[in-house]
Amino acid sequence: MFFQEVTPDTSSYMIAGFAITFLVLAAYVASLYLRERNLKQDIDTLTELQKAAAAENLKTDKKRAPKKNAKK
Amino acid sequence: MNNKPLALKILDLISIVLLLAATYLSIFVAPMERVMGNVQRVFYFHVGTAWVALIGFIFTAALSVIYLTTKNLKWDRIQVAAVEVSVVFFLITIILGSIWARPAWNTWWTWDPRLTTAAVVELVYIAYFMLRQGLDDPNKRANFSAIYALIGGLSAPITFFSIRLFRTIHPVVIAGTNAEAEGSFSMSGGMLQAFFFALFAFTVIFIDLFWNRIRLGEAQAKVEEMKINAAY
Repeated sequence: MFFQEVTPDTSSYMIAGFAITFLVLAAYVASLYLRERNLKQDIDTLTELQKAAAAENLKTDKKRAPKKNAKK
Repeated sequence: MNNKPLALKILDLISIVLLLAATYLSIFVAPMERVMGNVQRVFYFHVGTAWVALIGFIFTAALSVIYLTTKNLKWDRIQVAAVEVSVVFFLITIILGSIWARPAWNTWWTWDPRLTTAAVVELVYIAYFMLRQGLDDPNKRANFSAIYALIGGLSAPITFFSIRLFRTIHPVVIAGTNAEAEGSFSMSGGMLQAFFFALFAFTVIFIDLFWNRIRLGEAQAKVEEMKINAAY
């Protein structure tokens, strides 16, 4: 055999490959976490708004109720 | 939004452990391939991510059929989750393939049938999200998405079979050979161990992310519903 086969040093490509895999997965997990956190805040805000609106409706109903009784 | 179920928390932890174990097996247990050197080790992750992504894309086509027959928006939410996670996994597949190609083929990218069909698949499903962004009505959005994903689903098997049907330089390592392939190799015991473990690990990681994404979709639907109620 005249040619000696030498295994090339491709370690840097390997490291880049694994690093990118971890980076992409980490970025996706982070995006899931951030979106979940924002949605939780939205749900909390909307729930408070609904409660406030319900309380407001209750107040107006109570104000109207004695007037109806007075007419009777 | 409900708190995360215990089973999902456990699956999150298992996924992290499996990813680390798959990395360990790929780097330290699998023997080094003699011709390509260490870069061949990314093959285990390349195939592992491709495997789940392509199955995910075919699964979305099946979900399209279920949605179109039932018209239940729950299936649309599951479909979006499957597409999103598959797109992320397939992006990793393409990047890893490109990194491997640089020392093996002396180029980052070539318009080979396998690479071209893979790029088409990724772009088809990125366009899926662009289509959804353009539609406000949830039912209309779900209908269009289902039809689109049903047709788009054809691209996944075309990509899988492209190296078996067309003249290509992409190696066929599993179930077949390709005489014209550049960078082909056969797997020994340690390589097979790392390979099958990576397949298993990425399947579990996919299921975990998929479950998390479905929960996110449910929360999004709840917010949309609350906003509509607040408007009236």
